[in-house]
Amino acid sequence: MSTIAIKVENVSKLYRLGQVGTGTLKNDINRFWHKIRGKEDPYLKIGQINDRTQKAESEFAWALKDINFEVKQGEALGIVGRNGAGKSTLLKILSKITSPTTGQIHINGRIASLLEVGTGFHPDLSGRENIFMNGAILGMKKWEIQQKLDEIVDFAGVAAYVDTPVKRYSSGMIVRLGFAVAAHLEPEILIVDEVLAVGDAEFQKKCIGKMQDVSTNQGRTVLFVSHNMAAVKNLCTSGVVMMNGHLTYQGKIEEVIDRYLSTSRNTNQIEYANYTERKGNGSLKITDAFFSQKAEKHVTQIVSLSKLDLTLEYDLSPEIKVKSFRIDVGINDLYGVRVAWFSTWNVNFVFDSSSKSILFEIDNFNLSPGEYTCNIFCLVNEEVSDWLEAVLPFSVIETDYYNSGKIIPKNQGGLLFNYTIKNQ
Amino acid sequence: MNQQNKYSPTWTEIIQPKRSLFDLRLKDVWNYKDLLFMFVKRDFVANYKQTILGPLWFIIQPVLTTLMFTVVFGNFAKISTDGQPKILFYMAGVTIWNYFSDSFNRTSSVFTANASIFGKVYFPRLIVPLSIIVSGLIKFSIQFALFIGTLTYFLFKSNISVHPNIYVLLTPLLLLLMAGLALGAGMIISSMTTKYRDFTYLVTFGVTLLMYATPVIYPIAFLPIKYKSIVMANPLSGIVETFRYAWLGSGTFSWQLLGYSSCFVIILLILGIVIFNKVEKNFMDTV
Repeated sequence: MSTIAIKVENVSKLYRLGQVGTGTLKNDINRFWHKIRGKEDPYLKIGQINDRTQKAESEFAWALKDINFEVKQGEALGIVGRNGAGKSTLLKILSKITSPTTGQIHINGRIASLLEVGTGFHPDLSGRENIFMNGAILGMKKWEIQQKLDEIVDFAGVAAYVDTPVKRYSSGMIVRLGFAVAAHLEPEILIVDEVLAVGDAEFQKKCIGKMQDVSTNQGRTVLFVSHNMAAVKNLCTSGVVMMNGHLTYQGKIEEVIDRYLSTSRNTNQIEYANYTERKGNGSLKITDAFFSQKAEKHVTQIVSLSKLDLTLEYDLSPEIKVKSFRIDVGINDLYGVRVAWFSTWNVNFVFDSSSKSILFEIDNFNLSPGEYTCNIFCLVNEEVSDWLEAVLPFSVIETDYYNSGKIIPKNQGGLLFNYTIKNQ
Repeated sequence: MNQQNKYSPTWTEIIQPKRSLFDLRLKDVWNYKDLLFMFVKRDFVANYKQTILGPLWFIIQPVLTTLMFTVVFGNFAKISTDGQPKILFYMAGVTIWNYFSDSFNRTSSVFTANASIFGKVYFPRLIVPLSIIVSGLIKFSIQFALFIGTLTYFLFKSNISVHPNIYVLLTPLLLLLMAGLALGAGMIISSMTTKYRDFTYLVTFGVTLLMYATPVIYPIAFLPIKYKSIVMANPLSGIVETFRYAWLGSGTFSWQLLGYSSCFVIILLILGIVIFNKVEKNFMDTV
């Protein structure tokens, strides 16, 4: 039976907007006056929902509002959400850097939080001295650090520089050293905020591996905040989505990521003719783009392994004499990974300047179920004329294509094949 | 059904919006004692890296201050030094005063100076002011050694009456009081600075003013009656005066004055720790 490592109950955090000044003093005195008369804090009621894009109406905002969740021991929980959703505030409260305005958190186990790597590094001290410094700040005892010193240096890969002041280090080396120290802490609960974004790919992989090891093999609890969905998916088993200070969804990590990405994606039908987020000189402009399947136009739900047509309508400036012409379409998955690409360029296609649209006919659209968007890239006379990114959102849905009564499972790679099996 | 007793008794920590004013978490501080020594070491090493004279600066500073005081207050202003050699008189005052002023200056900016660390990781914040007090003690010991050296020189080389006496045994207590005073006052100021930076300005000239209200450059006996009560109300006076009485044998000594200083320090220290602990939890939101 798994026990609960962290239990967050009704946690809210109120922040004051704007500057600290005479207004603050006035509020403080007012608050103090209410307090000595035994009344409630007058500023707790008026906080508004924290949406950074809207102009603030009140002086106070809830960075977190009524957050409730539990984390089981040994679970790796991903916390995803847009900038300003309250992820870092939550982590700060969990790591006791600031306290909640209301609510409480029960914790079972020693917490180590890694909101930044290399906290407390002093530029004049050597790598070795800083390992001790940083380790002590993170709560390690001196003998613990001593014991793991070689391992830490080895993990960071800075053996040659261990007696050099860290101000001579490259920024990547500082990050590696910082993470190495933190990775060798042995807390029951590890809290990690967006710190891996800085290291190189090899080191990021190493860090994720280390955290995976910590959570699955050593049974420790990991809370991980990142905007890198691939990393979150790799590491975490479950997750929560945060939005404007609220916890909007909690569940398995795949669902959490889908939920998060679909809210952050432009799901509205784009009016291509008036769409402004485009690049290019505009000599040729996409005015509409849509998929059609069978007789149905403008489909956004595509059945896998079926025939699919893509129509691109465009306007061509009349004064342009087209000497060369090319349109590329790239399909990206939710993580922004390119999964397919097709173009007018690598097939025999002759542009007819009197036509108003082109039609791509795809025989066998074999992407596996999931959410996708397209990039459309137009080149006229070797100049970029129109470039649209993350448009034409569509989802590929599960079907019983193979007529077996079984639905193609999700998250099993990016492609499907048309295949048959024979006994031999 | 047994949900309750399955995990509820095992929470190792509960984070709440408020905690008791006197929940000082001193046990936590003890757990982090290694960090305290790391901070002290960092202070000591980092201060003098890339300087040629290194720790010698600890000595140069009081020597120059003493010489300046001797020239300005002793020779120009001709303020009495109670029949003591001027250099020795000023050096005694400067040595013990410096310990207070350095520690106070640094503790009073603990929150603002360490905001970047405090904002990223939790450890008992009290560790930082404590480490400042301890590293000040190292600096004090070096300067104190210099003072003892000078004292010995005067004891052997001249006929002037310098009489260190049994009260030198009070020196550790005096240091403790000085430390307590710097810590208490510093923590109160630094707690207020998190929101209102006005206090930073107050501290810079406040310390200088305070020195003139403390018998550092003059003996208490030298004071006109009407100012005497003001200076006596200053808890630092008893400490500085006792220090000089013990090592030089001049000036006044009274248990009442020392007792007053001690009470003052204890109250200030408790107040300081309580305020510091209260501010510590949320200061990141306002600093």
